[in-house]
Amino acid sequence: MKLKGMDLVSIRDLTVPQMNRIMDLAREMVPIAKGKKKSKLLDGRILATLFYEPSTRTKLSFESAMMRLGGRVIGFSDPKSSSVAKGETLADTIRMADSYSDLIVLRYRHEGAARLAADFSEVPVINAGDGAGQHPTQTLLDLFTMREEMGSIKGKHIALLGDLKYGRTVHSLAEALTMFGAELSFISPEGLEMPAETIENVKKMGAEPYITTSVEDVIGDVDILYVTRIQKERFADLAEYKKVAGSFQVNIELLDKAKKSMRVMHPLPRVSEISPEVDSTPHALYFKQAFNGVPVRMALMALIMGAIE
Amino acid sequence: MKELKVSPIKHGTVIDHIRCGMALKVLKILGLTEEPPTDTTSVILHVQGSKGCKDIVKLENKELKKKEVNQIALISPEATINIIRDFEVVKKYRVKLPDTLVGIVKCSNPNCITNLGEPVEPKFYVESRNPLVLKCFYCNRKLEDISSNLL
Repeated sequence: MKLKGMDLVSIRDLTVPQMNRIMDLAREMVPIAKGKKKSKLLDGRILATLFYEPSTRTKLSFESAMMRLGGRVIGFSDPKSSSVAKGETLADTIRMADSYSDLIVLRYRHEGAARLAADFSEVPVINAGDGAGQHPTQTLLDLFTMREEMGSIKGKHIALLGDLKYGRTVHSLAEALTMFGAELSFISPEGLEMPAETIENVKKMGAEPYITTSVEDVIGDVDILYVTRIQKERFADLAEYKKVAGSFQVNIELLDKAKKSMRVMHPLPRVSEISPEVDSTPHALYFKQAFNGVPVRMALMALIMGAIE
Repeated sequence: MKELKVSPIKHGTVIDHIRCGMALKVLKILGLTEEPPTDTTSVILHVQGSKGCKDIVKLENKELKKKEVNQIALISPEATINIIRDFEVVKKYRVKLPDTLVGIVKCSNPNCITNLGEPVEPKFYVESRNPLVLKCFYCNRKLEDISSNLL
C-alpha cells in the first residue's frame, strides 16, 4: 500500500487501493491547489523536472504542485540548453539530477526512458510521458476527475473517442478504468482503432468493450465521453483527414442526443475535435480536468516523498 | 540395421530436436556462419522422427555457453543438448528459457531507449511460453521476430 520511495513509470505499478489513496488525498489538496490554503508539506524538498519534449500542462502542473506544497523546482524544458546537447546519455543526466534533487519527473521522446531512469536513480522517478509509451499521472488525473464528477467509476459507461491507436493516454486509461469496473466503448475512425493488445488486456481483466466507428451509436447512453485528438500527420491524404476529423467533432448537435449529466473530457491540447461552443455548456469538463492535474500531482508527490503516509 | 547418416563425434555437443528448419539459425547463434571453423560441424535438416520433423546439429570439440543455450531456447524451446566425451553421452538436458532474459536479444521497437546508445543491456521477461511472448522490461512492447533480433 505504501507509496513512499516508489517509482511511477506505468499505471500498472499501482494497485487500486494505492490509486484510491492518491485520489482521496488529492481531494484534500484542492484548496491548497487553488491557493486558498497554505502548505509547507514539502518545505526544503527539491523536484527536478527534466523535460526533453515540449509540454505545457504536465510541466506547469508538476511545478505548481511542488511550489504549492512549499517545495522548490529545478530542471529544464529545452534539452538544447543542457549537457544533453553535448551528447550526454540519459543515464548520466539522471545520475546527476539524482544527486541534486529528492524526486525526478521525466518526459522523454523514447519509450522505456522512465524505466531506465528509475534503474539509474536513487531518488524516485515519475514518468511524465515516454514517447508513445506511458503517462501515468494523466491517467490518475483522468480517474480523479471522473470519480469526483460521478461519485464512483464502477458501472459507469465511459466512451473513448478519436485516435485510439496512437493516442498515448487512452491505452493505460482503458486498462485503469477496467480495474475500477467501468463499462467501456471504443469509438475511432477506421485505421485508428484501439490496438488489439489493449483490447485483449481489458478483456482479460473482465471488460467487454463495445467497439464502433460511430459516436451516434452510443452517445445517448454514455456518462463520460473522453475525446482525443486525431492527428493530421497520421493521414497521407489531407482531404481524408478533414473528412474523418469532421465526422468526429463533438458539437452542440451531438450533445443534444446525450444525457444531461454526460460530461466531455479531453487531455488537451485540442484542435477541432471539440467545437468551442461546447466550452460554455455544463457538459464541458476538460478545463476542470486540466486543473485536477495539480491536486493529483500534489498528492502523488507528498506520498512518494513520504511527507504523508 | 539403422543407417547412420552422419558419423558419431568423439568430443563435443549434439543439439537434437531443433525445430524443423531452424538449424541454420542455430549455426548463426553459435557464430559458425561467419568465421572459418576449425572443427567439423554436421547439420542434418528435416529428419523425420516419431514426433515429426526435426533438425540436428553436431559440433566437434565445442561446448555451449549459457548465453548460446538461452538463445537456442528462444528459437527452439524443445531442443536438447547432449554433451559427448569419448563417443559417450555424458550429460543430456533440455534447453530451458529463464523467466528473464538479459543481453541475449534486442528490442524490436526502434524507438525503445535500449536501442539508443544508453549504457544498458536489453532485458525481457517471458509473458507466455506457449506461444512464446517476450515483453521488453523498458518499453513494455512485445518482441517481434525473435530470431532476427538475437544479439
